Amino acid sequence: MGKSILITGGSIEGGVTSDLLIRDGVIVEIAPNISQEADEVIDASGLVLLPGFVDLHTHLREPGRENSETIATGSLAAARGGYVAVSAMANTLPVADNAAIVEQVASIGSQVGLVDVFPIGAVTKGLEGHELADLGSMAHSKARVRVFSDDGNCVSDPLMMRRALEYVKQFDGVIAQHAQDPRLTEGSQMNEGILSSTLGLKGWPAVAEESIIARDILLANMVGARLHICHVTTAGGVEIIRWAKKQGMQVTAEVTPHHLLLTDESASSYDPIFKVNPPLRTQSDVDALREGLADGTIDIVGTDHAPHPVESKECEWQNAAFGMVGLETAFPILFSTLIATGRISWKRAIEVMSSAPARIAGYENHGKALAVGEPAHIAVVDPKGTLKVDRALLASKSKNTPFHGMEFQGRVVATVFNGILTHRAEARSVSHE
Amino acid sequence: MKHLLSINDIDKEFAITILDTAAEMAKVTEGPVKKLPTLRGKTVVNLFAEDSTRTRISFEAAAKRLSADVINFTAKGSSISKGESLKDTAQTLQALGADAVVMRHPASGAAHRLAQGKWINGSVINAGDGTHEHPSQALLDAYTIRKHLAGGTGDLAGLHVVIVGDILHSRVARSNVLLLTKLGAKVTLVAPPTLLPHQVEQWPVKVSYDFNSVLPTVDAVIMLRIQQERMSDLYFPSEREYSTLFGIDAERLSLTKPGSILMHPGPMNRGLEISAEAADSEQSVVVEQVANGVSIRMAILYLFIAGSQESVNG
Amino acid sequence: MGLEARRRGSEGSPDIHRSGDILPTRSFNDLSREAGKEIYMSLALNESDINRALTRISHEILERNSGSTEITILGIPTRGAHLAQRLASIIESIEGTPVQVGTLDITLHRDDLRLRAPRALMETVIPTLGVEGRTVVLVDDVLFSGRTIRSALDAIGEIGRPVRVQLAVLVDRGHRELPIKADFVGKNLPTSRSQSVKVSLREHDGVDEVRIEGESA
Repeated sequence: MGKSILITGGSIEGGVTSDLLIRDGVIVEIAPNISQEADEVIDASGLVLLPGFVDLHTHLREPGRENSETIATGSLAAARGGYVAVSAMANTLPVADNAAIVEQVASIGSQVGLVDVFPIGAVTKGLEGHELADLGSMAHSKARVRVFSDDGNCVSDPLMMRRALEYVKQFDGVIAQHAQDPRLTEGSQMNEGILSSTLGLKGWPAVAEESIIARDILLANMVGARLHICHVTTAGGVEIIRWAKKQGMQVTAEVTPHHLLLTDESASSYDPIFKVNPPLRTQSDVDALREGLADGTIDIVGTDHAPHPVESKECEWQNAAFGMVGLETAFPILFSTLIATGRISWKRAIEVMSSAPARIAGYENHGKALAVGEPAHIAVVDPKGTLKVDRALLASKSKNTPFHGMEFQGRVVATVFNGILTHRAEARSVSHE
Repeated sequence: MKHLLSINDIDKEFAITILDTAAEMAKVTEGPVKKLPTLRGKTVVNLFAEDSTRTRISFEAAAKRLSADVINFTAKGSSISKGESLKDTAQTLQALGADAVVMRHPASGAAHRLAQGKWINGSVINAGDGTHEHPSQALLDAYTIRKHLAGGTGDLAGLHVVIVGDILHSRVARSNVLLLTKLGAKVTLVAPPTLLPHQVEQWPVKVSYDFNSVLPTVDAVIMLRIQQERMSDLYFPSEREYSTLFGIDAERLSLTKPGSILMHPGPMNRGLEISAEAADSEQSVVVEQVANGVSIRMAILYLFIAGSQESVNG
Repeated sequence: MGLEARRRGSEGSPDIHRSGDILPTRSFNDLSREAGKEIYMSLALNESDINRALTRISHEILERNSGSTEITILGIPTRGAHLAQRLASIIESIEGTPVQVGTLDITLHRDDLRLRAPRALMETVIPTLGVEGRTVVLVDDVLFSGRTIRSALDAIGEIGRPVRVQLAVLVDRGHRELPIKADFVGKNLPTSRSQSVKVSLREHDGVDEVRIEGESA
């Protein structure tokens, strides 16, 4: 194509300030004061250039629930959030449990062309937990699925989980478990604690998550397979994973931005914008999750972006759907809670947002350092810029964000995907300083 | 304050005002003409998305005694059962010009959603939302206790009340704990561990599994109904065992202090949580609770909707 | 407190002191000077005036009703109730027998409920013989628009059917808005609408007096 982009004066990965030149989708030069002409020039003085973000946990809703989101609108939301790759969860309608569906999702994603859409395959047929899905044919399809998850549901039958863990070893796949013992959480609405008792909402005990985490770590270890734990939400879960890693077990773990910030106190208003699976927990859980992300126990941030239409949230709590959108607010939340406060470094931020997810999922072109010769996947962020969340302005088709009206530091001002500018915010228009 | 959603919405002083107002309202009920013109021209809508004859009739009687117009919107056969959303139902009520919506709903927090949604201008009176709260029941229980054990005035300081049964799923228990402690009473909860809320030790109550040991120390016993669903959901081994350990019968009643009273929000499962003799005993004030319910609900409707909307706090 | 004019008689003799520097409410004073009007607080009835009026009313009630056996005195809280008790005591000391006396709260029958925040209710105590078939003597401190008495008539109607209702007031200040009149009046006090009549009773306010406050017509 010959399209070239010159990004000047930015801090490369939070380090040295330099210019960066992109041509034909590749980073061709990183040096101070590049004098070359370019089709597009971005002044990045005061800004930080990071490898484009990779989300291992997104719900794009297509096929089947296009009223909430489509691959196109979800891709746009991802691009606005600095993402260049998203893994699309399999709980669509029909479920992505065979090669045809995953190839379709990948194909639409590539036609939209704003991010790489990597379909996740279901572990069991129809997510029902009775029979293994076509794991092999999905792996060998054009979509080259390596991550499998019944997310939305838990693979609760221990024998089924064992078989799945064993089976995917043949193509170095990984099972991403949504840890939720169904018997302990029937009809559960929010974290089980003093607040759920007072509010009269059925509780969702931490042990329902932790017992599955513990079980699956032991299973994966016995079988010699890789295991990934989606959206960890409790201090107990963090402890178990920390123990497992100390033993050298092959487990990776993920935390969502909302679980790094919000607690079950939000439910006191009975506004189901705060209703999510797994539920918001207590402040000590939030603290443990932040510590876990900082010390490496938790490997990645995954948004669990879950769009829902207005009518699913504008009702009584127990009748509302579980889930929040999150692609566009993920980096600002991470920055405000952990990077701005110095809790994690830029290096660690890059690991959790880009290199670690890419490595776990096997996305070879992603998660690379910003270096000459690498594909041009870049998120340009403004550490001093602020984002005031306005649900009306979200690119996502659904507006179910719990952060409406909140202000965060750390704005994504531009995203480059394969050398294409997929997002550019108005220059410094949001107030700061 | 516009809405009555939870006991937390009212302070001690206002709670006592409600009880005092109910006492005056009760005199009307006892007089020859059981009607007051106070709420003439006001419309009260009973929005009952969950079956409940007794509470609905009680609110209806209260509203009519104050000459308000009453519109009943009940679950069966209404648009609610056909899946109409709360928002749409609310907007229909607003078009009817409801001054108050008395709402009972199976979802906890439904009354909050109606009040916050700003879909109606009127006052929302929570008549029971899921397993969360039932403020008017607590108020009528406090009124009953005060009448028998505190001379009918002031608060409940120094009294000891025990609440027995399925605390976990009981909105009556939650509202009662909040109100009784607010009025200065001591509260003990008695139930099998499976029917107590998680972290109930953090509530301002004592907890006991031994009903007999608590009985000699209490002034009022509030028995809660055991619902059919609980029996199949592994909360206790059998009805017989539940009844033996946690039911009230004549023998248990004989352990109580003279002058103490036995209460039940109704409807009762005679033979399960309460024996027939206990229900019909001298100490049982179950029937009086019903009459008190009407007076309390008259007081609530008067205090919340009689005046202009600017300031509604006794 | 404030400057006192000498007692204003019903003929309205101009015995009014203009306010000087002594008035506590300066703004009140400034307003008055600007408006060219006079502001004062005058004592209309003192303690002995009140007692004489109540004694006279008691005799009038007894005369009109040929004794006290058929009457039930109901005072409208707060001050009407105290006045009712006083009338009852005086009547009892004249007749030598106890008289039926109680209180009648009219809050729930007011016609202006929807215009303001709801008021706490006062006590209604109907004496043992009730009102059915008896003569009710309503007692209130001030008769003004008449709406309070209209509410009281409705309230009585819900308790029973008296054979007649009579009204005794300490002060009638005119400006009726409804066709209501008092049968027994302590004092007629012509006032302008903007003035206010303040009745203080020993039982409630520590002192017995009636004052008129505000601008004269």
